[in-house]
Amino acid sequence: MAVIEPIAAPPESVADQLERTWREPGGFWGWFSCVHHTTIGIRFMVTAFIFFLLGGVLAALIRIQLARPENGFLGPDKYNQIFTVHGSTMIFLFAVPMLFQGFGTYLVPLIVGARNIAFPRLAAFSYYIYVGGCLLLWIGFLLNIGADTGWFSYVTLSGPDFSPGKRVDFWAQMITFTELSALGTAVCLFTTIIKHRAPGMTLNRMPLIIWEKLTISAMIIFAMPAVMLSSTMLLMDRLVGTHFFNPAEGGDVLLYQHLFWFFGHPDVYIIFLPGAAMMSTIVPVFSRRHIFGYTPIVVATVATGFISFGVWVHHMFATGLPQLGELFFEAATLMIVIPTALQFFCWVATMWNGRVQFKLPMLWVFGFFFNFLIGGLTGPMLASVPVDLQVHDSFFVVAHFHYVLIGGSVFAMFAGIYFWFPKIVGRMANEALAKAHFWLFFVGFNLTFFTMHILGLRGMPRRIYTYPPEMKWGSLNMLASSGVVLMTAGILVFMANVFWSKRNGRIAGNNPWGAGSLEWGTTSPPPPYNFLYLPTVNGREALWEADPNQPVVTGLRVDVRETLVTNSLDSEPDYKEEDPAPSIWPFLAAVAVSILFVGSIFTQWAVVWFAPLVIITLIGWIWPKGRAPMRRRAEERWSQ
Amino acid sequence: MSAVRALGLSAATAAMSVVAGCRGQQSVMDPAGPQASRIEWLFWVVFWIALSAFVLVMLAFGRAAMRSGASKDEPPLPIIKEPPGDRAATVVVGLAVALTVIGLFSILALSAVTGAAAAGPTSKNPVTIQITGHQWWWEVTYPNTQPDQIVITANEIHIPVGKPIVILTKSEDVIHSFWPPNVNGKRDLLPGNQTAYWMQVDKPGIYRGQCAEFCGYQHAHMGFRIVAESEADFSKWQQAQIKPAKDPSDAETIRGRAVFMSRACVMCHTIRGTDAGSRVGPDLTHVGSRQMIAAETLPNTRGALAGWILDPQGIKPGNRMSPNPMPPDDLNALITYLQSLQ
Repeated sequence: MAVIEPIAAPPESVADQLERTWREPGGFWGWFSCVHHTTIGIRFMVTAFIFFLLGGVLAALIRIQLARPENGFLGPDKYNQIFTVHGSTMIFLFAVPMLFQGFGTYLVPLIVGARNIAFPRLAAFSYYIYVGGCLLLWIGFLLNIGADTGWFSYVTLSGPDFSPGKRVDFWAQMITFTELSALGTAVCLFTTIIKHRAPGMTLNRMPLIIWEKLTISAMIIFAMPAVMLSSTMLLMDRLVGTHFFNPAEGGDVLLYQHLFWFFGHPDVYIIFLPGAAMMSTIVPVFSRRHIFGYTPIVVATVATGFISFGVWVHHMFATGLPQLGELFFEAATLMIVIPTALQFFCWVATMWNGRVQFKLPMLWVFGFFFNFLIGGLTGPMLASVPVDLQVHDSFFVVAHFHYVLIGGSVFAMFAGIYFWFPKIVGRMANEALAKAHFWLFFVGFNLTFFTMHILGLRGMPRRIYTYPPEMKWGSLNMLASSGVVLMTAGILVFMANVFWSKRNGRIAGNNPWGAGSLEWGTTSPPPPYNFLYLPTVNGREALWEADPNQPVVTGLRVDVRETLVTNSLDSEPDYKEEDPAPSIWPFLAAVAVSILFVGSIFTQWAVVWFAPLVIITLIGWIWPKGRAPMRRRAEERWSQ
Repeated sequence: MSAVRALGLSAATAAMSVVAGCRGQQSVMDPAGPQASRIEWLFWVVFWIALSAFVLVMLAFGRAAMRSGASKDEPPLPIIKEPPGDRAATVVVGLAVALTVIGLFSILALSAVTGAAAAGPTSKNPVTIQITGHQWWWEVTYPNTQPDQIVITANEIHIPVGKPIVILTKSEDVIHSFWPPNVNGKRDLLPGNQTAYWMQVDKPGIYRGQCAEFCGYQHAHMGFRIVAESEADFSKWQQAQIKPAKDPSDAETIRGRAVFMSRACVMCHTIRGTDAGSRVGPDLTHVGSRQMIAAETLPNTRGALAGWILDPQGIKPGNRMSPNPMPPDDLNALITYLQSLQ
């Protein structure tokens, strides 16, 4: 770095100009106009974490109710609302928004070395529409008219005959909100990965986490329409008297299940693959070497994406489908173990032949290994048709999917949070608090959920609000409930750590872990333009393999939001493009779409009445005038 | 410290519960028939495969983490460009994947065999029972080509031991799931879709089950019991159930029947041999012979019946039966009458 001398009126530095061009707008309305991916990514993560906490509070209420036989803490109505909203919150409002949308929106453009996410306004829209879904589900719940038919709301229980009122409509329309949001982010990330990679980051040099985001984006684009379809058909059955799922009129109750799980099971992998990708990112950094088996892991990731679309019927073994058909889906379900097992072996091999420094994120890697392995290994029990018929819909399956989802993605999420905390915040997290957080959460989690395996084998079905003392499930349930105390303490310690470390943590510097991917090559936290000069890439771990005089991309304008578009396979520079400026329209469009969606719960005519509103906001969104003044303003500034 | 003590206490409780075993009258681990025993066997096979995989992977993880002995407190060490041993690791990973595939194939093959044995037809001449799901009780019908030989009851399924039983399942409202863990796995009861399901019990006894698919407010109180008895006891029971209700003989029961016929009871329930013929609620023709009422919620005693008739919404909130306030004398007579329906 050259010494900057305080001479009169120094020429504006490139950094200052970029800062001025890319700065997020301030003020009240400015908050709703932000379009930079770091801002949107952090918003996704914070909002999703708030809903993780809310979902956790509901989980605690469930455990209080079940702690003793014939407990009178919650009645059936409250209990049914609570477990429905708990499941729906954790799946739709926490897991995907946190792991795919939050981490993805924040990290992907940094890791591929871009200035911003592709279609930044769509990314912003996805966030607002996600918040709309959150509000819809939770306002209904807080008004005591929350959804109460479970997070997959099977017909005919959720149909017009057995669930009158608006409860199920809140749930079904929340699906439309969150899936629209996930689709938006998927399109943004897919395009960012395909068209905005730094020069030199060819497909076979893409970091594994980018391969995973690419796979998930594609999975979302294929899976989400199925659930939007099933929930919309359910809404139509309820609102305008179609009979898609009404057996009395020739409808079919199993059609709903097929459509739902055609989304539902890929969704499990949409939630798990980010966890696996975090392992593939974190393990090599702390083993001080490249990942072992890059190509097999890429193949495993993509294969998981494909196979996950062929396993959905294992949720329906008990419906009495033909045996041969069930066997096919059992085989597919067992087959999906292979790519996951392969990834485990590759992570262990990476560590084995590396020099493992067991720093903080590795503790959570251990938690992921231990817990996800338990969840993964009860998987073949559920895949096996005869065993599944016993454990399906019992507390055994509750234990299984909590081990998979908490073990596979919440433990990975915390590994990721502690890993990228220095990058996002600029300071290191407190290690003592983080360790306390880990052990409280780890022990509490196992106490709560391991016991549920035994409860399930002893005949306790899921979703019952109470049970008689004669069943002798009381002591195990009390034990399961006691684990919640430890988990809650762990989460409180975590939050204390975040607030404390944000102010008082040790300054992190650009690359405290000595990691190799591009996000560690810029300042912590990154500036609004991400990189002073867009980087170029020589190998899979860009920073580890950079030459002493690694070239950078020059020639991009700094007075307008100019980005580089590269070609899909070889990532060679293709052309320059001007990135959309901050705009209030995505927010207004999200509000208009929300009004239409919510209105359509009450009357089908809302679609007609509010469609013009949506169209107006969309016209505002794409109206080209936003660009010229932006450029003019920038040029004026330039000439001063 | 108290947290640690609570933890120790909880661990001790857990250990005790596990030692006490997973046995019981509603347990997967205490099979009473061929289907459930086959499934239990398969469960343990998969369990041991899974446990060995878990132990092996965690051991490898632990060894890999500690092998180099690098300190976590040092700044990041330099990158190893070409780690030694990766060639050998390729072979080991390949073998591990091969072992995984073998394990999975074994599970697949064993499941196919077990599944065929547990689910396939086991007899040409089984006892046929139709189970119909209602919110929140089970209608149990023993079909017969002669209408006067049909048995209809609720929540209590009598079967002869050692004989194959075929259960036909359907639902009148929402999806329920029939699950007697000691006997066989689950089968969903679907509206508009009848399916058949086989089971057999070899040990006489009472086996409890309950609805496994969430079905609304009282999903928790939708239990049933299977009473497995000798062939002779079963035929005796069947013969008694076929008969219409006994005509009341004394003044109390006559009054009880009059109360039944003049109040809301008659709107929903059937008592064969009387004018009560509605099919909304369970058939009460032989309600006195049942061990439990309200789908395994209460024992069939005078006190429980009184509580149930007066305040069913307090016991099982949201169920379809309305409260029936009535003078004590009427109530007493009604209960005496219901209990006389043996």
